[in-house]
Amino acid sequence: MSTFLGLPTAPPGVGHLRQTEPFPDAARRALGDSQLRRNLGKATSHIRAKRAAVVAELPDWEELRSAGQAIKARTMARLDVYLDQLESAVTARGGDVHWARDATEANAIVTQLVRDAGASEVVKVKSLATDEIGLNDALADAGIAAYETDLAELIVQLGHDRPSHILVPAIHRNRAEIRDIFLREMSDVSPDLTDEPAALAEAARRHLRRKFLSATVGVSGANFAIAETGTLCVVESEGNGRMCLTLPQTLITVMGIEKVIPTWTDLSVFLQLLPRSSTGERMNPYTSMWTGVTPGDGPQAVHLVLLDNGRTAALADPAGRAALHCIRCSACLNVCPVYERTGGHAYGSVYPGPIGAVLSPQLTGVEDNASLPYASSLCGACYDACPVKIDIPSLLVHLRARHVEERRHTHRLPSAEAVTMAAASWVMADAGRFAAAQAGGKAGRLISRRGAISSLPPPLAAWTRARDAPVPPAQTFRQWWARRNGNGP
Amino acid sequence: MLMRTLVPTAGSCECWGLALYPGAVTRIALFVTCLADTLFPDVGKATVRLLERLGHEVVFPPEQTCCGQMHVNTGYQRDALPLIRRYVGTFEPHDVIVAPSGSCVGSISHQHAMVARRLGDDELARRAEAVASRTYELSQLLTDVLGVEDVGAHYPHRVAYHPTCHSLRLLRVGDRPLRLLRNVSGIDLVPLPDAETCCGFGGTFAVKNADTSTAMLADKMRNVLATGAEVCTAGDSSCLMHIGGGLSRLRAGVKTVHLAEILAST
Repeated sequence: MSTFLGLPTAPPGVGHLRQTEPFPDAARRALGDSQLRRNLGKATSHIRAKRAAVVAELPDWEELRSAGQAIKARTMARLDVYLDQLESAVTARGGDVHWARDATEANAIVTQLVRDAGASEVVKVKSLATDEIGLNDALADAGIAAYETDLAELIVQLGHDRPSHILVPAIHRNRAEIRDIFLREMSDVSPDLTDEPAALAEAARRHLRRKFLSATVGVSGANFAIAETGTLCVVESEGNGRMCLTLPQTLITVMGIEKVIPTWTDLSVFLQLLPRSSTGERMNPYTSMWTGVTPGDGPQAVHLVLLDNGRTAALADPAGRAALHCIRCSACLNVCPVYERTGGHAYGSVYPGPIGAVLSPQLTGVEDNASLPYASSLCGACYDACPVKIDIPSLLVHLRARHVEERRHTHRLPSAEAVTMAAASWVMADAGRFAAAQAGGKAGRLISRRGAISSLPPPLAAWTRARDAPVPPAQTFRQWWARRNGNGP
Repeated sequence: MLMRTLVPTAGSCECWGLALYPGAVTRIALFVTCLADTLFPDVGKATVRLLERLGHEVVFPPEQTCCGQMHVNTGYQRDALPLIRRYVGTFEPHDVIVAPSGSCVGSISHQHAMVARRLGDDELARRAEAVASRTYELSQLLTDVLGVEDVGAHYPHRVAYHPTCHSLRLLRVGDRPLRLLRNVSGIDLVPLPDAETCCGFGGTFAVKNADTSTAMLADKMRNVLATGAEVCTAGDSSCLMHIGGGLSRLRAGVKTVHLAEILAST
């Protein structure tokens, strides 16, 4: 049994990690959106096919996955050591390292750094960590404008929307919707804009170019940080990230502490795993790496903000900590039959899909995202797709148990479900009681029509809303067996 | 006189099977599962008929109840523990155990020891591992242990096979059920589009997240109907209860039949 050590989780009221309504309710609304269903079904099946093709090319894919898993497990076991090493290496190369206990501290640090640089606007590389802490809102409160430069993040920002996918934040939008957003929100766009991808990309390019050339501060996340040299690494497809990383005088990187990896050799494993798993490419178009400050070249002030925000609490759970191994490829989202139908917004967190369902509740404390561990049929497609072999179904089951056990400690009265489960356990812990309960269940025969039951009382009413239930047979198997072997009634 | 065959471990191949031991009889303990016992007894009867027809002896330990998967997957591991203890105690004396369910065998092999260990009962965990290593899903038992792919069945119907998630991704049964079905005479086995996508059952998921579950079911039914099959089959009564419940509600004219029932038909 895991012991709850009481380490701080991500604070409420800041950032985007918490559900505002339970998953089943949010999902119900999303499921009714036929355009969303179409957009998601098309996009995820496209990425799934691409991923499957490039993964099949590698004869050592399973060995790579095992290597990725082992490196992550080793790193988590000595995370304190590697983080210290990273800090020393970054500092030695002229960078500044800041430690942020949570979202509030991280936002304050970044805001102060931007102010110190005398800037009133920043350009941003696509970053989940800054979205997790709600940095754009915090900067706006301080009078600082943050411009998202990743095309999909730009679409989300201009649409006053929320990201719905780890890799493709605007996956819920189609071309026609993006064209409408650009026409409505971009002051510098031609009214003749079509919904051709090239035309949309060109409009975004013109819009963003001015920001790149004027901004003096860039804000990024990081895919990896290499402890042995203090090198940070961002992988991306568009090149907009590289502009943010190289043009401004000041570069601020906000990174979750779990992103550190020990060595460059380790990086070679992840640079094979990540692009194939995320975009279905053999290699991503842009891989940017920087180590502290290089005099006369690129940003002359380089900051690294190391973010905890509940990660140490996740690390304290020996079973749950594997969620921290995630490299944010989004392969689990793309293969998830739940995500494909509900989309990412239903999860309420910046981390949606199967990995979000095991990561968000650990960062916030299970009670604050209590419905997420149940937002899965446990089909296991995510585990098969994960490039670092995170056993997400087992983590979901583990977090469900944690939720039930924590509830048992905090509530005096058991839930109706807990009573039902305890009763079922009592009945089925004894074959005689089980046989008696089976006999009672035959009352179901009385409410059957045309060989099926079309309406059951709660909680099974949710079953019969869309599905018939089977009619209990006149004779159970064990009765048949007993009679057949001459010792039945 | 009964003779026991050598029992190979899970994952070994046909070479251990009947071919090497002509006329050998295996004594097989049936874990019928609580669901089939209570709601789908024909699945249990078919399993018995099939194995007896192949010349084996089937026993049904009456102390059995439920594997406890529903409790584990809903978060109630403490309530699952007595059921795990019961399963282990009931089947410990048996060398070969079969269940007509990939999901229950998946729970036995992937969860029993884990739950026992998590709740501090290492001795139960050790025993659970030993019993789990002798517990087979039906298609595994037939192909890996008994070494048979043609069970001599006859089933003149158009059939679509749905590979259930836990048989596929927990037990890795692969194409074993399909190899068995291809050898059934008279069958018109048609490929199911997106076969490996979950039907949306997921135990209590089907009730807790009924809308999402139904959306997944709708896509599964669309694919089943597209095949023109009159029967949808699978190795799990639970998934079939879900798919069949949806098809029945729509009066779709397609029925669900467990793999054991097809293989038992002559």
